[in-house]
Amino acid sequence: MKVLVAVKRVVDYNVKVRVKSDGTGVDIANVKMSMNPFDEIAVEEATRLKEKGMATEVIAISCGPTQCQETLRTAMAIGADRGILVETSEELQPLAVAKLLKAIVDKEQPGLIILGKQAIDDDCNQTGQMLAALADLPQATFASKVEVADGKAQVTREVDGGLETLSVTMPAVITTDLRLNEPRYVTLPNIMKAKKKQLDVFKPEDLGVNVAPRIKTLKVSEPPKRSAGIKVPDVATLVDKLKNTSKVI
Amino acid sequence: MTTLVIAEHDNASIKGATLNTVTAALACGGDVHVLVAGSGAGAAATAAAAVAGVSKVIHADGSQFANGLAENVAAQVLAIASSYSHILFPATASGKNIAPRVAAKLDVGQISDITKVESADTFERPIYAGNAIATVQSADAVKVITVRTTGFDPAAATGGSAAIETAAAAADSGKSSFVGSEIAKLDRPELTAAKIIVSGGRALGSSEKFNEVMTPLADKLGAALGASRAAVDAGYAPNDWQVGQTGKIVAPQLYVACGISGAIQHLAGMKDSKVIVAINKDAEAPIFSVADYGLEADLFAAVPELVSKL
Repeated sequence: MKVLVAVKRVVDYNVKVRVKSDGTGVDIANVKMSMNPFDEIAVEEATRLKEKGMATEVIAISCGPTQCQETLRTAMAIGADRGILVETSEELQPLAVAKLLKAIVDKEQPGLIILGKQAIDDDCNQTGQMLAALADLPQATFASKVEVADGKAQVTREVDGGLETLSVTMPAVITTDLRLNEPRYVTLPNIMKAKKKQLDVFKPEDLGVNVAPRIKTLKVSEPPKRSAGIKVPDVATLVDKLKNTSKVI
Repeated sequence: MTTLVIAEHDNASIKGATLNTVTAALACGGDVHVLVAGSGAGAAATAAAAVAGVSKVIHADGSQFANGLAENVAAQVLAIASSYSHILFPATASGKNIAPRVAAKLDVGQISDITKVESADTFERPIYAGNAIATVQSADAVKVITVRTTGFDPAAATGGSAAIETAAAAADSGKSSFVGSEIAKLDRPELTAAKIIVSGGRALGSSEKFNEVMTPLADKLGAALGASRAAVDAGYAPNDWQVGQTGKIVAPQLYVACGISGAIQHLAGMKDSKVIVAINKDAEAPIFSVADYGLEADLFAAVPELVSKL
C-alpha cells in the first residue's frame, strides 16, 4: 500500500505575524517558514506505518511556490520516499489544493492519504474533508490513533467531549490531531539522504486543475487590542476587583 | 434567499452551538431553516422548531445518522442543498468535519469559523491563530460556512413556532462505521458554553495536583475546567479540555489562567473572554499582557487562598 502525505509550508508557529499597514495581508517577507506542525505528525504517522510493514511507499506532496521543495525535503528526511511538488505562484485555497491532491490520488492510487487537521496560517480545517468528498472516499478527521488491518483503518478521533472510534474502508483520508504521535527530529545523515530522493514537479495545468481562488480577501486587519490590565498585589485585592469592579463573580 | 442551519443535537435536544449558529444565519438575511438529521430525533426537531427566528425544520431520520458520520450527514445536506443560498454549520468538531465535504461536493469554497456577518456574501474570520482578522467575500452561488459560536449570541431557545417537515433520509454510504466512543461524564458546565472557566497549565506538575488545586476553585465558582496544551500533553487533563487554536475556542465572562505562560496558540482560544485573570509566578509570562488582573504568585499558595476568600 502506498501512503500519500500532504505537507504545507507555513509561517513557523513561534512567529507572531504582523498585519501589513495597507491591510492587504500579513507580512511574511523574511519570516521563518516551516512545515505545518500537523503535517509533521502526518509524515511521522506514514513513516511509522512503513516501519511496521503496513505501507510500501510514502509519498509527500506539497502545493505552492518553489520554496515548498524545502518542506518536501524535510518530509523526506523524516521518512518519505519521494516527493511531488505542484508548483504555482497563485494563492491556493483549500478547494484548489483538494482538487490538485485528487488529481495526484488518481495518478498514484494510494491506499491511505494522511493530512494535518488544519494549517496554522489560514486555520481553515477543510482540505482533508474536501479531498475525501472529491475522491468519494471515507474520512476520519482529527485522528489521535490509527490502526490499519484487513483493508480497513480503525481511527480514534478527538471530538467535543471526548474520543470516538470509527472504522473506515480503505482507501481513506485521515487528518491528524496533535496527539497522534510525537514527530521525530530529522538527523543530519537523513537530511543528506533526502537530497538524493526523487522529487517530481507538476503545474496545475498539467493536472487539469483550475486553481483560481473562490473566496476574495477584501482586507486583513489587526484584531481589537485588549486594554492594558493591572497587576494586583494579593488575593484579597483580586477578589475585591472581581466582585466590585468587574462584577463577574 | 434562504439559509439552512445544520443542527448539532443528541437526538433528544439541540446543543447550544446550534443557537449561536441560528443568530449568524439570521444576520445573513432571509428565512432560516434548520436540518435535524438523526436517529429517533423527533424531540430534537421539536426543540429546533421552538427556536426564535427559525421558520422551518427539516427532520430526516434514519439509523445511519445515529453517530453523525460525515459521509451520511453530508449526503443528507446535499439532498436538500439546492434550495438554499447559505448553508451554516456550528464550528464544532462535528460541523468542521462535515461542512467542507458538503462544500467540495457543491464545488464551492468554504468559509471557516466566521466571527461576523458583514453582508450576505461578506464575512469576518480570524487567521494566524487570531493574530489577524480577514474580511472575505464569496462569489460562489452557495455559501458554505462554519460559525464560531463565541462570535454570536445564542438565539432564544423558545418563542418560535416553525413547521416541521419530514425529509426522505439519504442512504448509508457504507464506507465508514461507528465503533464506539469515550465521552467524559461531566457534572460541570460545558467548556464552550461556561460563563466562568478556570484553566491550568504545565505549572500544576501532575494530574493529582491539577485535581487537588483546580477542582475546588472550579467548584466554588461553578466554573468549567480548561487546560493548556502543555497540561494536556503531559496528561494532567483530558484532551477535550484543551483551550487554544487547535482546541476549544472560548469566550466566557471570566477566564482564570493558573500556571499558564500564554503562548500564541493558547491566547487564540481565550483572548475574547470578558475578564481575564492570570496567576503566574513568572512576571515576564506573556499571559500578563492580555490579563485584566494579574497576580504574580505561586499558584499552589494563591489558588487555595482564592478559594477560601470566595
